[in-house]
Amino acid sequence: MSNQIIQFAYLAAAVLLILGLRMLSSPKTAPRGNLMAAAGMLIAVVATLLIRGVVDYPVILAGVVVGSLIGVVLAVRIQMTAMPQMVALLNGFGGGASALVASAELLHYAREGTEPVGIVPVAIVLGVLIGAVTFTGSLIAFAKLQELIRGAPITYPLQRVVNALLGVATVGLAAAVVLEPFNLPIYAGLAGLSLLMGVLLVIPIGGADMPVVISLLNSYSGLAACATGFVLGNSGLVISGSLVGASGLILTKIMCDAMNRSLTNVLFGAFGAVEEAGGTAAAEQRSVKGYTPEDAAVIFSNSRSCIIVPGYGMAVAQAQHAVRELADTLEKKGIRVKFAIHPVAGRMPGHMNVLLAEADVPYEELVEMDEINPEFPETDVALVIGANDVVNPDARTEKGSPIYGMPILDVDRAQHVFVIKRSMNPGFAGVQNPLFFNDNTMMIFGDAKGTVLALVEAVREIV
Amino acid sequence: MLDDPSLALTILVLALFVGFEVIAKVPPLLHTPLMSGSNAISGITIVGALLAAGTAERNVSTWLGFIAIVFATINVVGGFLVTDRMLGMFKKKPDRS
Repeated sequence: MSNQIIQFAYLAAAVLLILGLRMLSSPKTAPRGNLMAAAGMLIAVVATLLIRGVVDYPVILAGVVVGSLIGVVLAVRIQMTAMPQMVALLNGFGGGASALVASAELLHYAREGTEPVGIVPVAIVLGVLIGAVTFTGSLIAFAKLQELIRGAPITYPLQRVVNALLGVATVGLAAAVVLEPFNLPIYAGLAGLSLLMGVLLVIPIGGADMPVVISLLNSYSGLAACATGFVLGNSGLVISGSLVGASGLILTKIMCDAMNRSLTNVLFGAFGAVEEAGGTAAAEQRSVKGYTPEDAAVIFSNSRSCIIVPGYGMAVAQAQHAVRELADTLEKKGIRVKFAIHPVAGRMPGHMNVLLAEADVPYEELVEMDEINPEFPETDVALVIGANDVVNPDARTEKGSPIYGMPILDVDRAQHVFVIKRSMNPGFAGVQNPLFFNDNTMMIFGDAKGTVLALVEAVREIV
Repeated sequence: MLDDPSLALTILVLALFVGFEVIAKVPPLLHTPLMSGSNAISGITIVGALLAAGTAERNVSTWLGFIAIVFATINVVGGFLVTDRMLGMFKKKPDRS
């Protein structure tokens, strides 16, 4: 088919991808937007198959069949609580594919004996570098989220020095490849070092910082695709890749802002590793009284409004369905229920929304932080389920606290605060939470799911 | 196709701006589907994989391209499907009237 028609097809694909993303701005249009983007992708693939040089259909078909099978199985079987792992894994595959494409192109040039010119060698280097870092970095993030390896930051002496030296070495090798593209051992060295960098950059980052890491890797996977677009001189790849790059960067910024930390601090701060000891020591000074679900139900019997604040603890305990049942039970008793969603609650952007949507909570009841905070003072009960740092009032007042300045949900301003929590262990940031010691706070200790179900029973009997 | 690098750079910069404008309008409610959906879009690199694997002669590039096709297809198919599955869960409050 003529080159021009194929270029038009890529343009149509890009338009569909952009329109699809735009329709994600509302839950009503979003499913159609996703289909539109998928159609755009299909057009791009078909157009590529019609390019004159693309002839080896058996290899292509085999690859597409294997990839589709794995993709379908993953997408259908994954549990909603495991969505952060899934996204990390998919990021990794995208990045890995881009690194492989860049490498295949370099080998192609080497066989032909024509040196790549202009921006192409730089793009090859960026493609393999970003792609490889995305690949191994995402696999480590996946392993942490899946708890195949320890979620806590993994640190060792001179970590930053080692990383800095390796970073300099990577830049050096990258420059060498640009100057001498056909020196394959140097290229292999660059690829290997990039793979190692991906591992080393993610292992010191703790579980609760994963929303930032996943967003950033998301952005990288787009930028890697963008780089391969420059390698191949393909505008479709450049456009789509930069859309994803932009999307990941925006989410990264939103996540960092929601923790009041800089990206540098998240990536290199090894947050939570150092403070942990201090936090638990301080906890011994004070003690709190544990209450029962029945005690809480008594309070509910005099209440008219309740705001539920879910956190990662709800996801871990798979308690989203129990929480929905509680919300339904409360509403039947005439209590108005809303959910307050902190931007970094959970392990990825929007994690809590997806879980509650899965449990059939209508999305109008899921309210963002800035919108719901003014409502807490007029609310009878704030019910915190498996969240900690995002409701810590120290973030407002204690200048010395590691989480000072982080925007929080003002649950302490509600008339009553119930906190469902497994133990008094401090949260990810390793800081004690004064909310637990407030006079209007009732701690209910136990697993999120079991405790919420007990609460449902108690409300049914007492209220 | 895009032999002039300044043209490709122009496209890159403009696309970045479009991306920022479009994505900024996505509400936090849908940030997870946004991630998995944009993730699937980054699988566009499948275009490059097809070009690398589809050449007439078979050599190392073919097999790198083959693995790239597998990876990118997992990314595309898995990403769009799981996004669709998630978006199907977001429902409005049923009318009680």
